[in-house]
Amino acid sequence: MGHLEFDVAHLFAGGLVLVSFMLLYQDRLYALLNVFALQAVVLALSVSWQAYVQGAPHLYVTAAIALFFKAIIVPMALHRIIARLGVHREVENVVSTGPTMLAGMGLVALSMVVMLRVTSAAVPLAREDLAFALSVVLLGLLMMVTRNNAVSQIVGFMSLENGLILAATGAKGMPLVVEISVAFSVLIAFIVIGTLLFRIRERFDTIDAEALDRFRGGRR
Amino acid sequence: MSAISINGVTLILAIPAAAAVLLGLLPGYRLSARINMLASLATFLAALSLFVAKPAPGPYILVDDLNIVFIVLNTFVGFTTSVFSASYIGHELESGRLAPAHLRFYHAMYQVLLFAMNLALAANNIGLMWVAIEIATLTTVLMVGLYRTRAAIEAAWKYFILGSVGIALALFGTILVYMAARPTVGEGLDGMVWTILIDHVSAFDPALLNVAFVFLLLGYGTKVGLVPLHAWLPDAHAEGPTPISAVLSGLLLNVALYAVLRFKLLLAANAGAIAPGPLMASMGLVTLLFAGFMLYRRRDIKRMFAYSSIEHMGIIVFAFGMGGPLANFAGLLHMTMHSLTKSAIFFTVGHVTQVAGTQNIADIRGLTASHPALGWSLVLGVVAIVGLPPFGIFMSEFLVVSSTFARAPLLALPFVAGLLIAFGALFLRLQGMAFGAPAVVGKPSHASYAPMTSHLLLVLMAGIYLPPPLVAWFQHVAALLG
Repeated sequence: MGHLEFDVAHLFAGGLVLVSFMLLYQDRLYALLNVFALQAVVLALSVSWQAYVQGAPHLYVTAAIALFFKAIIVPMALHRIIARLGVHREVENVVSTGPTMLAGMGLVALSMVVMLRVTSAAVPLAREDLAFALSVVLLGLLMMVTRNNAVSQIVGFMSLENGLILAATGAKGMPLVVEISVAFSVLIAFIVIGTLLFRIRERFDTIDAEALDRFRGGRR
Repeated sequence: MSAISINGVTLILAIPAAAAVLLGLLPGYRLSARINMLASLATFLAALSLFVAKPAPGPYILVDDLNIVFIVLNTFVGFTTSVFSASYIGHELESGRLAPAHLRFYHAMYQVLLFAMNLALAANNIGLMWVAIEIATLTTVLMVGLYRTRAAIEAAWKYFILGSVGIALALFGTILVYMAARPTVGEGLDGMVWTILIDHVSAFDPALLNVAFVFLLLGYGTKVGLVPLHAWLPDAHAEGPTPISAVLSGLLLNVALYAVLRFKLLLAANAGAIAPGPLMASMGLVTLLFAGFMLYRRRDIKRMFAYSSIEHMGIIVFAFGMGGPLANFAGLLHMTMHSLTKSAIFFTVGHVTQVAGTQNIADIRGLTASHPALGWSLVLGVVAIVGLPPFGIFMSEFLVVSSTFARAPLLALPFVAGLLIAFGALFLRLQGMAFGAPAVVGKPSHASYAPMTSHLLLVLMAGIYLPPPLVAWFQHVAALLG
């Protein structure tokens, strides 16, 4: 394992974490989608680098799915949904940017501490990949928690999935079955979200998830 | 895997898959409901055949003594629910809550769900198991949102978000297990095959396994409905069609629990890893107590029984967490009894809400007077679920309590308290619903009583007399669980 291979993999994985941070503070939906597309591109680069380094051509499929599906098709579709719904463009953060960023840093530190400690036996490349992947997963979770808008929750969920794919590709030789199925289930998941959104649009004037909460009714 | 031979396992997967395609194409709900029943019955029979001829484990499929219990229970309740569903859905169609197009979708999804659950139970590959549970989650999300009311969509959305986060965490745990296995087992497919993992697990890195288990417990625990990850469960039960509530409570929770058990076995076989038992026992206890208190505040009948499911999942996880032959035996028995009883209750509740026209507990009164058969079924169901003799749940709860008293008396006190709290809440609500002046008079119900009667009879029988072969089987499985 040469230095270059390690450094490039490191660069891409670290880049993914960085973009996750960028997602945290976007307060406009369109900008959020653009940053998400950027994250998917970085993921595609990272996965194809892994495919090259590991000599595992099937990973290129995963990379291609990340590039075409997540970086192009999904953001475009969400763009259209936002436009058609005429949703207000501001994202209402439940928690403001400062504390969110601080919490994000805390989560990244946490995942570094946890993952680097428990994987001391593993190959360095896999170790750090895993630590970065957990950071991306946790940042995605954080985003889902701090936003109350349906579209940004979807984006948060997809960025979480990006972290999972980073982890899966970093684990050398993980069976192809799983990668394809991961990508495939993301697709299914998206269809579900799409239909849900459609129904929400059918029944609601807003896709603000907080508005959904109001219909809970206090009496249940 | 090259030659796919026809055996019990391929049948329990192929029948629902084929039926799903067929039901997706066929119009007309009467025919679909019948095909749905037939397919579920055929699947159940195929599952029974597994007792006779057990196929050899492959890299993807495994049938062993542990999961055969789950599979048979799963297909049986799947079949009885399809019978209940036929009469329930007919009424929904008449009352206009569902359109025929929705029904086609509903029946196809029902079979997809059965397929996914069977696949998850029979999977030998932890990746495949994850995929199957994800499919099951997605189909139930779609079913929960079937009525398209505001509340149903909200419930589906909440379920979807929480369910996918849980599923995502579980996948991360699965990847970590693979990472732990790789140095010993080698790269590729073998690193995910459960039978190979369990053979080599003693050489795995314990630290990595520990972290993996935390993710897996949180991830699949979300689907089991463990507190504090249970928030989706009451909404999903209350707003979806009642057959789905029955399947969710009776089956899907078990499937997730089964996944947790598989990984618990893995951890228990590694000397250096943390003991998974105390973690599970404490989560189970917290779940039981929390759900017990929450039961008092329910106003919606389906929501109330959903909290009761959370409570019972707490009991089961607690029992498995305590471990040992007796507690494991009790956990298995309780799981079986709970599946049967809770789905019987949901069958009854489905018809009750249809005749009463509401899910609001305060508006359901005097059922034993207005609809004696339904009312008494509900009373019997509740008597069974709170753990009164002579029903089977009494026996399993008694076993959990006595084994806990023998080993950790201090834990037994909050456990018994939790049982009593839930007992009080359910009886408090039952009294108003079953007795007193009836709210609806003269509206006949078109209920089919066969599913709930058969379930309650089985539970009653288990409480009075468990056949020795069954006891031996459960003891054997309990010993496997360690």
